[in-house]
Amino acid sequence: MTGDTGAMPQGTLLQNLTAGMHITQVMAVIGFILILLGLWGILTRKHIIRMIISFSILDSGIHLIMVGLGYTRNGTAPIFDGDLSITDALGRVVDPIPSALVLTAIVIGIAVTALMLSYAVRLYKAYRSLSIDDIKEMKW
Amino acid sequence: MIQRMLIILVLILMGFGIIPLVWGLQDAETVSPVSQYYVSQGADDLGAANLVTAVVVSYRGLDTLGEVAVLFTATAGAAMLLGLGADNSKRKQQHQQASEKPGNHMAESEAQPKKQERREGSELLKTGAAFLFPLLLVFGVYIFIHGHLTPGGGFQGGVVIASGLVLLLLSESDRPMRKTLLHSIESLSGAAYAAVGLMGLWLAAGFLDPRFLPAGQFGSLFSAGAIPVIYSLIGLKVGSELTGVIDSLRRRSS
Repeated sequence: MTGDTGAMPQGTLLQNLTAGMHITQVMAVIGFILILLGLWGILTRKHIIRMIISFSILDSGIHLIMVGLGYTRNGTAPIFDGDLSITDALGRVVDPIPSALVLTAIVIGIAVTALMLSYAVRLYKAYRSLSIDDIKEMKW
Repeated sequence: MIQRMLIILVLILMGFGIIPLVWGLQDAETVSPVSQYYVSQGADDLGAANLVTAVVVSYRGLDTLGEVAVLFTATAGAAMLLGLGADNSKRKQQHQQASEKPGNHMAESEAQPKKQERREGSELLKTGAAFLFPLLLVFGVYIFIHGHLTPGGGFQGGVVIASGLVLLLLSESDRPMRKTLLHSIESLSGAAYAAVGLMGLWLAAGFLDPRFLPAGQFGSLFSAGAIPVIYSLIGLKVGSELTGVIDSLRRRSS
């Protein structure tokens, strides 16, 4: 990137891995990996707080994919300032709608997480444990 | 064990199902047709330099009102869930009646002696929180006032304000929260948001139309009609709501 003199293995590794890929594709791959990780966590963890964390990871994966789908080639943020005039904006900006949708989704995700955490507090008060193995009534 | 293998198998299958979705994915050359209108006409329409804000507050303003309603519902749900437990245990203590679940009752009685004093925040945390809180407050207000000009907006600014308050709560765990103030800020800003929307219906083209205030100089602080007003109200509402959630979690978990 900035010359071959310095030791920057991270940048080159990332470059090698994503060589020839589109940015949308990179974001989608990372997003799907996060989604699968979150699903794995939700399905295998026994600790309720860890399940909630897994849910948040899944959520971030979905957000990443949505933001990535809004990317246009060499696009910049859809905010007008000295460098982006209204007349030449159309070919240069990324799609503002996915960004707005993700903004909404993040807030809803926070709300859902807060609700889940309060359920976790209630469960802990009732059972004195956060492991789903100790909650016998939920077994079927 | 077999269950875990099954889960891993399902996830691997899902991964293989996803590959064709990702394979041919390419960067878009242009934005979608709806966005083309927003990008080319949005600045003339609304006078907001930040198009994402224009979409969130004005073009999809009704969605944002719904989003704020969802946030309010979740906050109310959390407060109800956590407050309900307090009421129940109080009633149980008053009447000394056997609870319907023996395990539950045992847990309650077991909880009483275990209640310990929470550790005080360290000197570092206290000093840092006292130093950072005013800065975070001002920064949050800055973010939501400039939501139509720079990245950020009401939700982000509100979260920054709430994080400052959380820092205060962490440093002094038994600091009493002025809940009346918090609730009145929350409900007044929510009501004012709806009122601004109705004024758009009355004075401009439709519900949540921000153009009933003068558009002003493009790119200046007082521009874009009512968008900064709406975003400031959202910022106040989100900040007080999230602080309320953290406060109720803190009170009940002790």
